[in-house]
Amino acid sequence: MKKSPRFLLWFIILITILAVLINLPSKGFLSVTKSLTFKKGLDLAGGTSLTLKADMKNIAQAQRGKALESVKTVIDQRTNYFGVSEPIVYSSVNGNDYRIIAELPGVNIDQAKNIIGTTAQLSFWEKTASSSAVLFKNQQEYLNFIATQSAQVVYPPSILQVLGTYPNKTSLGGSDLKETSVGFDQNSGKPEVQLKFTSQGAKKFADITTRNVEKIVAIVLDDQVIEAPRVNVPILTGDAVISGGFTVESANDLSRSLNAGALPVPLLYLQQHTVDATLGNDALLKSIFAGVLGIIIIAIFMTTLYGRLGIIASIALIIYALLVISIFKVSSITPYAITLTLSGIAGFILSIGMAVDANILIFERMKEEKRVGRSWHEALELGFSRAWTSIRDSNISSLITCFVLYQFGTGSVKGFALTLAIGILVSMFSAIVVTRTFLRVIYK
Amino acid sequence: MNIIGHKNWYFGLSLLIIIPGIIAIFLWGLNLSIDFTGGSRLTLSFNDPVSENKVQIVNKILKVEKIKTASIEKSNKLIFIRTSPMDQNQNNKFMSALSKTLKDVKEQEFETIGPVMGQETTLNALKAVVIASILIILYITWSFRQVPKPTSSFRFGVCAIIALIHDVLVVIGVFAILGHFLNVEIDSLFVTAILTVIGFSVHDTIVVFDRIRENLRKMGGSDFPKTVNESIIQTIGRSLNTSLTVVLILIALLLFGGESIRWFVVALLIGVVSGTYSSIFNASPLLVLWQEIIDKKKIKK
Repeated sequence: MKKSPRFLLWFIILITILAVLINLPSKGFLSVTKSLTFKKGLDLAGGTSLTLKADMKNIAQAQRGKALESVKTVIDQRTNYFGVSEPIVYSSVNGNDYRIIAELPGVNIDQAKNIIGTTAQLSFWEKTASSSAVLFKNQQEYLNFIATQSAQVVYPPSILQVLGTYPNKTSLGGSDLKETSVGFDQNSGKPEVQLKFTSQGAKKFADITTRNVEKIVAIVLDDQVIEAPRVNVPILTGDAVISGGFTVESANDLSRSLNAGALPVPLLYLQQHTVDATLGNDALLKSIFAGVLGIIIIAIFMTTLYGRLGIIASIALIIYALLVISIFKVSSITPYAITLTLSGIAGFILSIGMAVDANILIFERMKEEKRVGRSWHEALELGFSRAWTSIRDSNISSLITCFVLYQFGTGSVKGFALTLAIGILVSMFSAIVVTRTFLRVIYK
Repeated sequence: MNIIGHKNWYFGLSLLIIIPGIIAIFLWGLNLSIDFTGGSRLTLSFNDPVSENKVQIVNKILKVEKIKTASIEKSNKLIFIRTSPMDQNQNNKFMSALSKTLKDVKEQEFETIGPVMGQETTLNALKAVVIASILIILYITWSFRQVPKPTSSFRFGVCAIIALIHDVLVVIGVFAILGHFLNVEIDSLFVTAILTVIGFSVHDTIVVFDRIRENLRKMGGSDFPKTVNESIIQTIGRSLNTSLTVVLILIALLLFGGESIRWFVVALLIGVVSGTYSSIFNASPLLVLWQEIIDKKKIKK
């Protein structure tokens, strides 16, 4: 660990200057940083409110509540799939009217619709024994035919042309997908969506392809037949490919929608509104004021307790705050944008307090080592090296918590985990590397 | 200072806070907010774009009518309000009160809405906490694997998690009591507060454990209670200083952070104080207690 402190010092000065530049209000020659703005939560910045109607006509009455809850979960996941946006999603039931209301911070209506995406209901259809090919002369004849079909089953338009009368919807659907990805057809080079089924889905798919060898199986997405390939051999591996004339972009969109979860029912956009901030700048300013005050209090506290060491720790703390805020800002141009909500800001302010902990650990240790008669220099190095195991173990356990919360949490839980993890990592850097470098340079 | 000698007193003090809290949870339940229970949603429309002033008026009348509000949002000529469950009567009363002040208000929609934090979301968070706890026990068991006999590193992990459960129970219990007497609600921010407390609790406990590990290596495990006691005393300065800095910041937030995060900050304050207490007076004494129980069993054999 004995790198030249000079080198580290310059490195610290450099990133601090960078952090200051990022945080300065951008004017004139600093226009590069203009594109960097905080991604604020709905309470601070406003956003879009979408009301979606769930079409429950194919769902049994008793199952509808559950279906709506799972629609809500899927939308929650979709809004979280790329980065952290801390959406507010809830359902509304009035009689036979089932709705989902999704409020997404910091995006306009088009972006919001893009995030929620198309409904992406995937189904697989096959011919039945009673099917016979039909040809319709015109649209009217087709519609007449549909009217004569059993009212219970709703066929996607154009499925009858592909599969003939009485096609059968198989039990295989979007919920059987494990993951999807975008690839390219080896011959044509065209984009395609590759499907990987769960073990259960793979079994269903194997059954379907086995009983339909030399027959057509239609792949239907949101009531549109997108592909109707002929099965050549049974597919037992649980892999399938949709190559329905995609562009790279539409293939990506479909893959993302399918990945984020399959919807049990079709959705319809009812209303869309741009929503203004509820709390606005006033609340933000209050939190910032409390944060600045907190830093000042800690600086006084640390200086009283540890003298000159405390001053250095306070400088390290200010660098910590600058770095974390810069990371928040820079994250806004990455897919993992960190959304600032009031709870997020409070969490950040709290993490300032936790960031000093490492310094307190080290300084207390140095005091102890000096008490047993070590020289200042020895105490400095021993303080850092002996405090390291406790800093490491306590922070790793906190990072484990963050990681698990990020994996399993939804919405604000995910955002919280990400914010805390960044806080922990940066605080280890500021408390250990920054403080030690300063001390080594000063007391050389 | 002999903390280990008085350990039963300290366990007693913890129980003195936790048991009333648990009783309160069973007796009165938790006062869950609209985020968890669902409620009503009103859409108000106006002739002109809504001004900030109008929002304030709506907010005031909601308060006068004692309707709990989760959010008010404005969108051009509309205002959306999320409130606690309202029946038709309450709704009519509110609308007539509102139309006295704001002549052009119309109720465009009045609907019943489900929770933002649905069962699935809450269960997911709970599942995550359980998995994280197991992983932390595994990590501590591995990281402390070199502690000398008679103790075992697995016990360190388990005791850290017991201290964590202690802190969570303290915060939830106190909020069950606050919910009953002061009508304080448990909302989605509270979930964040609990998660923060969990992070802080283990963090704090491990620092003390780390010192026990170091001292065990130096002094050996022959007088385990004494080694633990010494370790606690050596780290108590740091434990108190660290929580003092966090408490100072939280007090600044409590005083100046505004109304909307007040109870969130209170939850954090209780959790941080409890986390410091449990890392000094519960987690390490529990290690000693565990050792004593094992020793007694051996003597009986």
